[in-house]
Amino acid sequence: MQKPRYVDISKCTGCGECAKVCPVVLDNEYDMGLSSKKAAYKLYPQAIPGAFAIQKADKAPCRLACPAGLNVQGYVQMVGQGKYKEALEIIMKDLPLPGVLGRICPHGCEDACRRCEVDEAVAIRNLKRVAADQFDPRAIKVPCAPPRKEKAAIIGSGPAGLSAAYHLARKGILSTIFEALPEPGGMLRVGIPGHRLPRNILDQEIEVITNLGVEIKTNAPIGPDLTIDALFKKGYEAVYLAIGAHKGMELGIPGEKAEGVQQGVDFLREVNLKGTAPVGKKLAIIGGGNVAIDVARSAVRLGAKEVNIIYRRTRAEMPAWEEEIQAAEDEGTAITYLSAPQEVLTQDGKVVGLRCVRMELGEPDSSGRRRPVPIPGSEYDLEIDQLIPSIGQTPDLSIIGDIEDVGTSRWGTIEVDPITYATTKPGLFAGGDVQTGPWVAIGAIAAGKEAAESILRYLDGRDMAEGREPITNENPQYRPIPERIKKQARSAMKELPIHDRVGNFHEVELGYDEETGKSEANRCLNCGYCCECFQCVDACIAEAVCHDQQPVERDITIGSVILCPGASLFDPSPYEGFYKYNQHPNILTSTEFERILSATGPTMGHMKRPSDGKEPTKIAWLQCVGSRDTAHCNNGYCSAVCCMYAIKEAVIAKEHMKGDLDTAIFFMDIRTYGKDYEKYYNRAKDEHGVRFIRSRVHTIDPMGHDLILKYSDEMGQLHEEMFDMAVLSVGFEIDQERIEFAGRLGISLNKYNFALTPAFKPVETSRPGVYVSGIFQAPKDIPSSVTEASASACAASIDLSEARGTDIKTLSMPEEIDVSDQDPRIGVFVCDCGINIAGVVDVPAVVVYAKSLPNVVYAQENLFSCSQDTQDRMKGIIKENSLNRVVVASCSPRTHEPLFQETMQACGLNKYLFEMANIRDQDSWVHGSNPEAATRKAKDLVRMAAARAALLTPLQEKRIPITMRALVIGGGVAGMNAALGLADQGFETIIVEKEAQLGGLARELTTTIEGDDIQRYLIELMDRINRHEKIQVLTETLIVGFGGFKGNFYTELMVGPAMYARKIEHGVVILATGAIEYKPKEYLYGEDHRIMTQIDLGKRLEVKGADDLNQVVMIQCVGSRNEENPNCSRICCQSAIKNALHIKELNPDTEVWILYRDIRTYGLHEDYYTAARKNGVKFFRFSKDEPPRVEATDKGLFVIFKDHVLQRDLRVPTDLLALSAGMVPTDTGELASIIKLPRNEQGYFLEAHVKLRPVDLANDGIFLCGTAHGPKLITESISQAYAAASRAATFLSQPEIILSAVTAKVDQSRCAACLICVRVCPYNVPRINENGVSEIDEALCHGCGICASECPAKAIELNWYEDQQIMSKLDSLLEGVL
Amino acid sequence: MRLQYPEAIRIIRVPCTGKVDILHILKSFEKGADGVYIVGCLEGDCRFDNGNLRARKRVQQAQALLDKIGIGGERVQMYNLSSGEGPLFAEIAAEMTAKIKEMGPNPLKEALKKQAA
Repeated sequence: MQKPRYVDISKCTGCGECAKVCPVVLDNEYDMGLSSKKAAYKLYPQAIPGAFAIQKADKAPCRLACPAGLNVQGYVQMVGQGKYKEALEIIMKDLPLPGVLGRICPHGCEDACRRCEVDEAVAIRNLKRVAADQFDPRAIKVPCAPPRKEKAAIIGSGPAGLSAAYHLARKGILSTIFEALPEPGGMLRVGIPGHRLPRNILDQEIEVITNLGVEIKTNAPIGPDLTIDALFKKGYEAVYLAIGAHKGMELGIPGEKAEGVQQGVDFLREVNLKGTAPVGKKLAIIGGGNVAIDVARSAVRLGAKEVNIIYRRTRAEMPAWEEEIQAAEDEGTAITYLSAPQEVLTQDGKVVGLRCVRMELGEPDSSGRRRPVPIPGSEYDLEIDQLIPSIGQTPDLSIIGDIEDVGTSRWGTIEVDPITYATTKPGLFAGGDVQTGPWVAIGAIAAGKEAAESILRYLDGRDMAEGREPITNENPQYRPIPERIKKQARSAMKELPIHDRVGNFHEVELGYDEETGKSEANRCLNCGYCCECFQCVDACIAEAVCHDQQPVERDITIGSVILCPGASLFDPSPYEGFYKYNQHPNILTSTEFERILSATGPTMGHMKRPSDGKEPTKIAWLQCVGSRDTAHCNNGYCSAVCCMYAIKEAVIAKEHMKGDLDTAIFFMDIRTYGKDYEKYYNRAKDEHGVRFIRSRVHTIDPMGHDLILKYSDEMGQLHEEMFDMAVLSVGFEIDQERIEFAGRLGISLNKYNFALTPAFKPVETSRPGVYVSGIFQAPKDIPSSVTEASASACAASIDLSEARGTDIKTLSMPEEIDVSDQDPRIGVFVCDCGINIAGVVDVPAVVVYAKSLPNVVYAQENLFSCSQDTQDRMKGIIKENSLNRVVVASCSPRTHEPLFQETMQACGLNKYLFEMANIRDQDSWVHGSNPEAATRKAKDLVRMAAARAALLTPLQEKRIPITMRALVIGGGVAGMNAALGLADQGFETIIVEKEAQLGGLARELTTTIEGDDIQRYLIELMDRINRHEKIQVLTETLIVGFGGFKGNFYTELMVGPAMYARKIEHGVVILATGAIEYKPKEYLYGEDHRIMTQIDLGKRLEVKGADDLNQVVMIQCVGSRNEENPNCSRICCQSAIKNALHIKELNPDTEVWILYRDIRTYGLHEDYYTAARKNGVKFFRFSKDEPPRVEATDKGLFVIFKDHVLQRDLRVPTDLLALSAGMVPTDTGELASIIKLPRNEQGYFLEAHVKLRPVDLANDGIFLCGTAHGPKLITESISQAYAAASRAATFLSQPEIILSAVTAKVDQSRCAACLICVRVCPYNVPRINENGVSEIDEALCHGCGICASECPAKAIELNWYEDQQIMSKLDSLLEGVL
Repeated sequence: MRLQYPEAIRIIRVPCTGKVDILHILKSFEKGADGVYIVGCLEGDCRFDNGNLRARKRVQQAQALLDKIGIGGERVQMYNLSSGEGPLFAEIAAEMTAKIKEMGPNPLKEALKKQAA
């Protein structure tokens, strides 16, 4: 299922105009919520694809709650922006009466508003009114379809009739409304008094409808003189019946016909049509709805002395709105609850009193409200002179007489189809109160709108119901309510003072002013993210926004799956009691802090703390937050990356603050186990002065903006220290979403929910054909993740090797036109980029200018140069005008050069005859405030581009066939796996091993820490190698010579045992020369048989067991993390723990003590550390400055060390001392000089990029794996071997390589053979040839141009950047300056 | 990010700052440029290993020469930044423009004017 993006990537130019106009402000998750973004967004500037997207959830609950489906979120956002016209345009898509409904709508939307979960609902109705108050709805241009000839008649001009007329007019159908009363508006006019809905507002908004051409005939009642049938006969092809419910319901008690008794609706009609009505002195109103209240408030205004509403339930059950009840009471109306009339008392036919009975609430009735039950004997009499029953209304169907074929309900309403509102009589539709019984105006509006759609379809003869079934969504997805949201009360509305209300019907509620409206609108939570205001649609000139995109389900046939869904970050929020993360803005997660450090982050790289923007002077990092923690959470593992990133953050923060910053990292063990990581740690400590405090902080106490951290040191001493900020170094977690994802794919997870993989098949999940890489498998750093990604690609490629190349489409290009004899004919295309360029730069002026330039024969403006149609047009222009050079003045060549070059190639032009002028990124975007200067600059850039274009010459890219054979140097576990990785994909592979047997260091090993048998694995592996038809193994073989270039290497060998010479040609090299265990010089190693390395111990335990051992001591970091080898050997902590656990298993009584500096059981290995402690293995820390001492005496072997907790020396006799010796690389000095390979100080080969190209060497076509790269575990070596094979296969799988034409060339006649080029080339490419002059092999040249710049004789030129081409730009730029 | 910076700058694209020849720098001044600066990758991060370091050396040579002939070595500068540092790019543009404004136009312009007069 592909979710819609709502932006067509093929059209989006990434200009960002959509985001500019988007009103919806959301947390920017890329900045960890520290900044904001819009619902139309691009996650970050470099995001791929470089197009925008629109974030949408389900339709907001307010919109769903509205009977007419108004886009509430949309218009609320528009009001928030002060865009009242746009707000009305959104409202008036559904509702022609914004100011009316903005006053009297009962706003079901507000009941649905999720802001209630924070404080109170957004005042949606009031905001609608703001829009209508601020902009005259009559000035809105309502889009209408061209008028049609058919006519419709509408009976009744209430909200249903008006709505039907409005929506019919929008569809091109003009209607006539027949209104019985002298004024239009229905209940809006005669049911609602002016103090709630001023007459002029209603009049104006009815004008909105009549302005569309709708005719309203008043005093035109339906009846014997004007029957429905007569209307049909008069030529109205459809009739809409919307006569409302204007007949008051009788109380059904004696005396109801007496003088002085008047129905509420009749009373209101009189008041509203005549402006007044007779009122008595003592008035009783029966009922609890809005009509009762309207009657009461009107009567008070007309001078009634005592107004009493009698209601049979309690206030809680009253259907009238609370604010209306309150206003009525404020104005002097009394309300009697739990009382019902029994009899109207009369005298001389006139009302004189009312007999009532007290009620009590019984069981709930069908409406859910508790049924009122009379209390016997509680009757009482009231003295009144006027009684207004207001207990409900029904339609008065008698006026329309009997209509044939039309059904009615037992409630006296018209029956219609619930979707189409069609009655059973063809062409007759009905809606509003006449169909529903008394209901809300917005319901009638909705009914009118639906009827209009039905009438249109009826007239067209289409199916009226198709596609109109209501869509229900049981579980709508909305934007979560932000955790740190501030409460803000709903804005109150000003009202007319009570004393000013007497004797008039002036409007009571006075509306919001603009400011209040905006602030109220900004309370909206934007539940649906995008509010569908469609401002972006108008703003997007490229027409890329498409809000109606739908999710697309796709079936893709695949042969394998690679999972890299990553992991989530630990969320400290649930442990607020300790971390106080949500309480204090200056407590950040490390990822948030990372954004603060970023140049593109929320503070543009300026160090500021969130609470007050102060530059921090002291920052603390708390390590292991959500890692190695089974107290707060169940994350017993180490997250593997946090130590390193915390150190990095501390160092970068210090660099940002230029030294004025104190940084402290609170840690348990510092785990800088990666290649060269320890050196970085040492530099942070020694050179940058980052403080490392070995302690777990037990309390964080906020104090104002600052934080007090309380902790105890190793000796148990308590400390307190104040910091400006605290950074929580959060670890990784697998969240529920990923667990479910794994479940859907049917792969097994481990106890921490990471994907389960076997030790010897590190990227294979439990399901065949499904591979995994990255932190979904276990916590790991970027180099390991990238390595695994390549490894899983290799595993997948093996499965797919048969299908390789079967899905490739080749693009055929016309033959290239030879332009060498032609004078330059330059075409210049200047791009508007919508308004990105044209909004600032005067593009037509640039075009005119371009035409005046030398060699320019054609120039034109493009709206979007990159769009497909423009590309096609450009092809035509190039051909028609015989252009032989093209300049596009638009955006960055980084993104668009290849596209335009392809266009040229399609016209038979060499792609190097192209030049770009970047007048967007380098001009209009960055000089937006100065259009004149920007236009000047655009002209300069175009002139410079044209000058260079004139000097461009065609260049040919060389194609070189590849030797499809791989050479793997080293036959250990890494080398063998690399060979299999390639051979299983079908590539011939040769393994060269200097020893007599394959296996390498693994021959010395017993099991992995997980307990897998390494020897058995090795035997199987060697067997597979030996049997593989694509693999050839050369043992006892030395490399004596090497040459060639990527894809075409040759290696000279001396093959043993006979040592005959052999030369192999191959396309790639994989280095897997391995490492060996360091042979300790320290701790009396070699002088006493009881002192051995961990490998020795492993073998000893296999052979002799541990029964004879009472005490074993192990010393860590032997030959690692010292002056000679500053790096950590990565594997020794787990080796020691593996052997310690093995001893404990063999002999639980053996005391095992491990003397360590930091325990570095990174990732999931932490569990073994925990198990060792649980099994009684004792860990003692020593410091580098005070290493343990060893004494071998006649009385035994002793280890003396200083215990940090006790602060004194301990001397322990031991049966055996195991030294955790580090790793050292195999001696590859000679090999490195033969192949010219870079190595680090320790002799490990150097990868091209530590993070991004972890198995590539800078030398193209040469790859690296296993311990030749750095110390690592067997599992890690296997995955790296597969990665190297994968990278090598990217080479071998192409039939030929295309070399860039941008290479250096030597004019040999000018070469003085000074050797400067030979010395300066970073790749050792130039050589002095047999003629005694420099020669540069274009296959080896990387095209940097350093040699060209350094050549004193100027004998070297770099293609496409020739000196004259560069100088032409300078010349044209500076033309006429002097 | 579309950060605004002074418009007095025209960028000339090269594959690596290592390709910037000292002649390119000196010719610019000869033709009347008021200032030249070279923006390369961070030191140690050169895609071609050491192109940016070589460029820096050439800038230093050019500075010495320009000082000697009275044009002013400060008019040419070398800056290093990564592609993720837009704000710094804008800062550098402002800094360089301010520096050149303070130094005034290329003295050659004045000299030629006098010669003409």
